[in-house]
Amino acid sequence: MNDLDTKPPETVVDLRGVTRRFGPTTALDDVSLSVPRGTVFGLVGVNGAGKTTLIKHVLGLLRAQTGSVRVFGLDPVADPVGVLSKIGYLSEDKDLPDWMRVDELLHYNRAFYPSWDDRYAEQLRRTFELDSAKQIKQLSRGQRARAGLLAALAHRPEILVLDEPSSGLDPIVRRDILTAIIRTISDEGRTVLFSSHLLEEVERVSDYVAMIDEGRIVLCDRLEQIKDSFHCLTLRFDAPQSDPPTVPGALGWKGADQEWTAVCNGRLEELQAAAAEAGARIVGQRVPSLDEIFVARVGRTCPASDEE
Amino acid sequence: MQIHISANDGVPIYLQIVNQVKYLVASGRLAPGEELPPIRVLAEQLLVNPNTVARAYRELETAGLVTKRRTAGTYVSDAGSPLARRQRVKILTERVDALLAEARQLDVAVDEVVELIRQQDEKMQLGPKAGETP
Repeated sequence: MNDLDTKPPETVVDLRGVTRRFGPTTALDDVSLSVPRGTVFGLVGVNGAGKTTLIKHVLGLLRAQTGSVRVFGLDPVADPVGVLSKIGYLSEDKDLPDWMRVDELLHYNRAFYPSWDDRYAEQLRRTFELDSAKQIKQLSRGQRARAGLLAALAHRPEILVLDEPSSGLDPIVRRDILTAIIRTISDEGRTVLFSSHLLEEVERVSDYVAMIDEGRIVLCDRLEQIKDSFHCLTLRFDAPQSDPPTVPGALGWKGADQEWTAVCNGRLEELQAAAAEAGARIVGQRVPSLDEIFVARVGRTCPASDEE
Repeated sequence: MQIHISANDGVPIYLQIVNQVKYLVASGRLAPGEELPPIRVLAEQLLVNPNTVARAYRELETAGLVTKRRTAGTYVSDAGSPLARRQRVKILTERVDALLAEARQLDVAVDEVVELIRQQDEKMQLGPKAGETP
C-alpha cells in the first residue's frame, strides 16, 4: 500500500487546460487535474456535468480541442496502444458485445492485453458466479456489470477507470465494485479513477475528490483536506434576523429568525470570529458529509440523493 | 472486530474507526494483547480506503491504545486497562455534558437531574420491566 504521507506522489493522469465543446455546448471548460499514483480519485458531479467526457479524454476516445492530456506521460490519442494496455475500463453502459458468451468475452479480451492473468480471470469468474456458457445478452444487469468488471480487472491494469460503475446496480454488485477499487490500490502503486454521483461511496473509498459542474472543476483536493475545510455551523442570535447572516465562506443559509445553519468554507477560528462579529453564538458545529459539501458548493443535489 | 461505518453523518471515517476501537477496548471486547485485523483486511471488510484505516491505526498508536510490533501487526496495548478506564470516564463525561446542556435548556436544576439518575438506577436494578421509560 502506498503511504501518502511519506512518498511524493507521481502523476499518472494529467490534464492541463482541457476545453471541449460539442456545438454550442461547452462540455469541459479549462479542466486541469492530476491523479497521483497509488490513489483513488473520485470524480463527482450531476448527470451532464462532464464526467464521462473527461474520462473519454483520458482513454483517448476524444481529442482535447485545447489543452493537453497525458496518461503515464503519453498522449492517449497519439499512442492508444501504449495507454490502453495499462488501463482497465468499465463504462457506464457496461457496453459489451451482446452476442458473445462469457468465455468468449474473456478470450477476446485476453488477446488485447499481454498482462492478462488467466488464473485471476478464472478466480474472478467464480467469485462473481458468472456462467462461462451464458451469452452476455442473457445476463442480468448485475451479472453484466460483473462481466465488465472482470474484463477490466483481469489484466491487472496499472489504472482502473470506472465511469459511474454503480449506477442502477443492486447493493451486492456495488459491493463487488467497491471491493475491486480497494483491492486495486491495496496492491502497491496501482491507481483508480472513478466517477460517481453516489457521494456516500465516493466518501468511503477516495483519497482525492474533484467536483465538476457544467464542465468546470469547482473543487479538487485531498478528501481529508476537503473535510477539514468545511464546517456545518448553526448560529443563534439574541434577536430575530430578517436576513441571513453575513459570514465569509458561508454557502447558503437555511433557517429563520434567531437560528441559521450553513455549510461554511474556511478555517474554524476565522468562521467563529466572523460569527461573533455578526453578533451570533455558534450553537451547533459538525463536519458535513461530502454530500452536504457538494450540495452547498454546487448548489444542487446529485440525482441519487433524495434529500431536499 | 465489529465496526460500523456510516459515510452519511459527516464524521470522518478514520475518526469513526478510532472511536469505535476505543469503545471496543473500553468495553473489554478488545482485550490487551489482541491483534487488530491487518489494514487491507479491515479496509475490505468496511469497504473503505486502506489509507483511511492506516490513518486510524496511526492515531490509535499515537493515543497509546495499540502498538505496532515491527511488521507483524497491530495489537491492543498491554497498558490498555488504565487507559481504558480513563477512556470510559471520557465517554461518560461527553454524555453528562449533553445531559446537563439539555437539562439547562429544559430548565431542570442539576440536583433534580442527579435525583432522576438515582431513581432510574433504582428502577433499573429492579429489573427491565420496572425500568421501562415512558
